Amino acid sequence: MEVTVRIPTPLRTLTAGADEVSVLGETVGAALEALEAKHPGMRERLLDEKGVRRFINIYVGEEDVRFLEGLSTKLKAGDQLSIVPAIAGGAA
Amino acid sequence: MNGLRSRRIESVIEAVGNTPLVRLRRVTKNAPDIKVYAKLEFTNPGGSVKDRAASRMMLDALADGRLTRDKILIDSTSGNTGVAYSIFGAALGIKVRLVMPSNVSKARKDIARAFGTEIIYSDPMEGSDGAIQFVRKLVAETPDPYFYPDQYSNPSNPLAHYLGTGKEILDCLGDEVTHFVAGLGTTGTMMGTARRLKEHHRPIQCIAVEPDDAFHGLEGLKHLPSSLVPAIYDPSLADETMRVSTESGWDMADALAREEGLHVGHSSGANIFAAVRIAEQLQREQKLGCIVAIVADRGDRYFAPLKWENRYAW
Repeated sequence: MEVTVRIPTPLRTLTAGADEVSVLGETVGAALEALEAKHPGMRERLLDEKGVRRFINIYVGEEDVRFLEGLSTKLKAGDQLSIVPAIAGGAA
Repeated sequence: MNGLRSRRIESVIEAVGNTPLVRLRRVTKNAPDIKVYAKLEFTNPGGSVKDRAASRMMLDALADGRLTRDKILIDSTSGNTGVAYSIFGAALGIKVRLVMPSNVSKARKDIARAFGTEIIYSDPMEGSDGAIQFVRKLVAETPDPYFYPDQYSNPSNPLAHYLGTGKEILDCLGDEVTHFVAGLGTTGTMMGTARRLKEHHRPIQCIAVEPDDAFHGLEGLKHLPSSLVPAIYDPSLADETMRVSTESGWDMADALAREEGLHVGHSSGANIFAAVRIAEQLQREQKLGCIVAIVADRGDRYFAPLKWENRYAW
């Protein structure tokens, strides 16, 4: 199952600047593991022992995976995953 | 200082500043001999520390003619500054237009809109730097209708803290204060407050708080090594920078709510986390200390949406 993952700016240091990465995976969790294999360092930034880190939202299309089945959410070929930090930064 | 909060004022703008310092007792239990105070910036009328910079930037610009009532105030903001512009814009009769990444929390968008502010969304994948670039491009193309305060470059931003925050801390604590802790976003709070505290006749250590990684969840703070560096930033003013993880900031914010009755935002959690670390170090070294840390806003600005709201970008 090939899907694309949209990478936010602060993580593009790990993808040599690429804003999208194609990976294979049957589920969100598997796709993220494939992303880690291609671009090491992703896992620790996205996940902790409980799953997706609290400040990160992962969307499949328009849906936040927290409201689907989390990392077990099934993927279809051509799905688009977006990694969106729940913040914007820059105002203290 | 008694009576400041119950005084008569002519405009909501005059309610900015003179925020209380509350002594923390429980999250500092491992440093019982060190005083740690949280400066409660959420008591400003717009609910955050950004009221200081926003009101100063607007009043200074009105005074010297950069801002007039037929102009539109436009700026990029991840939220609190936008709320502040919106409130004071309404109070002063000035139109406000804000550019923010669409992933800014929904609560703040709604608050800004309640004052009649217009919001333009920028790409959430580009973060706050994307919003800054968006505004700069717009203003460069059509400068005439706009007043662009540019909080990252505007000297009135740190000046608000030089005249307000820093002075208030010295007025309240005088020679007692040994450390000041604030997070870096526009860097205005640290720059202005540190400049004032450094003029004091006794040394006061100024500690800047930064997220430990470019990809973080401490809204309002900037990871400067990976960000556009604000023009107002002078790295020589802070004596030290502490890098705090998102989880440490979030956990401290939770602890402050449960143990101190202070429900604060995540960046404030990070500031207090850093302050408690310093206190524990001083306690171990058997030194004296009195630490002031900034509580920038309240935690309810960051409530996640309910499931039925999940189609909103927040």
